[in-house]
Amino acid sequence: MRGAAIIRFSADLPPMSSRGGGLENPGLGTPRRWSMPMSATEVRDLSKEFLEHVYAIPEGEKINQCIQCGTCSASCPSAEAMEYGPREIIAALRAGMLDRMFESNTVWLCASCYLCTVRCPAGIPFTDVMYELKRLGVKKGLYAKGTPNAVMARIFVDSVQRYGRNAEMRLIRLFFMKTNPLKGVGMVPLGLKLLKKKRLKFGVKKIKGIEGLRKMLAAVEEEEAQR
Amino acid sequence: MTEATVKKKLVYSYFPGCSLEGTNEAYDVSTRNAARVLGVELRELEDWNCCGATAYVAVNEKKSFVLSARNLALAEKAGLDLVTVCSGCYLALYKANKYIGRNPKLRAEVRNALRAGGLDFAGNVRVRHFLEVVVNDVGEDAVKRHVVRPLQGLRVVCYHGCQIGRPFGDIDDPEKPNLMDRLLSWLGAEPLDFPMSSKCCGGLMMTTHPEVGMKLTGAVLKCACRRKADAIITACPLCQVNLESRQEEICRLVGCDCGIPVMYFTQAMGTALGLGSKELSLGDSLTPVEEVLSAKGVLS
Repeated sequence: MRGAAIIRFSADLPPMSSRGGGLENPGLGTPRRWSMPMSATEVRDLSKEFLEHVYAIPEGEKINQCIQCGTCSASCPSAEAMEYGPREIIAALRAGMLDRMFESNTVWLCASCYLCTVRCPAGIPFTDVMYELKRLGVKKGLYAKGTPNAVMARIFVDSVQRYGRNAEMRLIRLFFMKTNPLKGVGMVPLGLKLLKKKRLKFGVKKIKGIEGLRKMLAAVEEEEAQR
Repeated sequence: MTEATVKKKLVYSYFPGCSLEGTNEAYDVSTRNAARVLGVELRELEDWNCCGATAYVAVNEKKSFVLSARNLALAEKAGLDLVTVCSGCYLALYKANKYIGRNPKLRAEVRNALRAGGLDFAGNVRVRHFLEVVVNDVGEDAVKRHVVRPLQGLRVVCYHGCQIGRPFGDIDDPEKPNLMDRLLSWLGAEPLDFPMSSKCCGGLMMTTHPEVGMKLTGAVLKCACRRKADAIITACPLCQVNLESRQEEICRLVGCDCGIPVMYFTQAMGTALGLGSKELSLGDSLTPVEEVLSAKGVLS
């Protein structure tokens, strides 16, 4: 029954193309396009996995002590722009509606300012909880294609895999290419100003220990695959 | 050499971070030069890598901890505290260090990954923000002794941003930080009460969701404007870029007209320590930093 109430936001999205542009993103899910709401079983499994991960965060088990006071939502600088406020995430989890959080814009509007974490009277590390939602969304492809912060995160991870460091110019260029090239054109005046000040660095230096670093990251993947 | 003498000599491993190699080179230049004048030796961490900050945590936390841990392992080899000026790097490294230290299972997994790449980490490193090093290790007396051009008459608002005090509150109050206010008063400037001091600038959202980011940065700018501050002082490269890069546009949006200079605390400090515009890369700024310092007679 509850399926009928789910926002079918696939209608707002451009059709899914193949995962774009040759990014090396080991272990990342392809963004998924919702064509139908999740079944109750799917949501239960999702919630279970989510909670398992949250419990692994230091103090994560405190998520069960949420009293729905709304201090997090009142403190969140992005709350105004969020479709669901932070408080509603835990409400949705309890109501078996966690999937709606992934469909909303809420998760990716967290800027990690940690104000909710500092203020939560129950001591819930809420910023870390938000991170967990982002990770789960990325892992399972539960985010709308073109979600700007998700695209940004994927390019960032890709740069680190290639160079061991972030490459600012590459990040910005690929970001606008993959989200909204027109907006990228709008950034040109700022780019020129920065260029004039010699603040744009185009070359990317690979770290010397890149091979070792890749082995380290691969070891994490291996360990995660074994679980 | 005993630990005490090393401490006294103020030698640290220095982690510049990716943005200081790019858009925020001025922060790197001013940090190194100001440190030199203060008698602080910053030895760049050999072959450092990405700290594993925000955008990475959103994809894989364990890997982000491993990225941090590689840097921590390199710093441990060097046997010195690891110092950074980027608040994002600071929190990523600090948090990883803290969590790895606290959680034996995580520590085992991280060490396992590090060993696959030929490194190891026993957990004997302290991660520090350079701002806190200046305030606590160099200290009030030594800073004041080195001031040759007090920032007399310079009304400043100190914008600490999120990730210096939060979430742990170990080096400053999580909501009412004052490290920079103290430092700026030692330099002779006049720090004004600034309610926005630890509010969020929007971080990466200035690029990904400008409609959200611009409002947040706008609130900070407007508050500084209402207090008639001569400059905003920052301790984070991302805050700095957000506050100055689209300032005119944002000011129009929130209805203020300030054209307010934004500088790193290291630039303000370096000026008071007698360094010139070049040594602090003041000319890199998109806002009139040199102009306001000249007008106040503190820049020769």
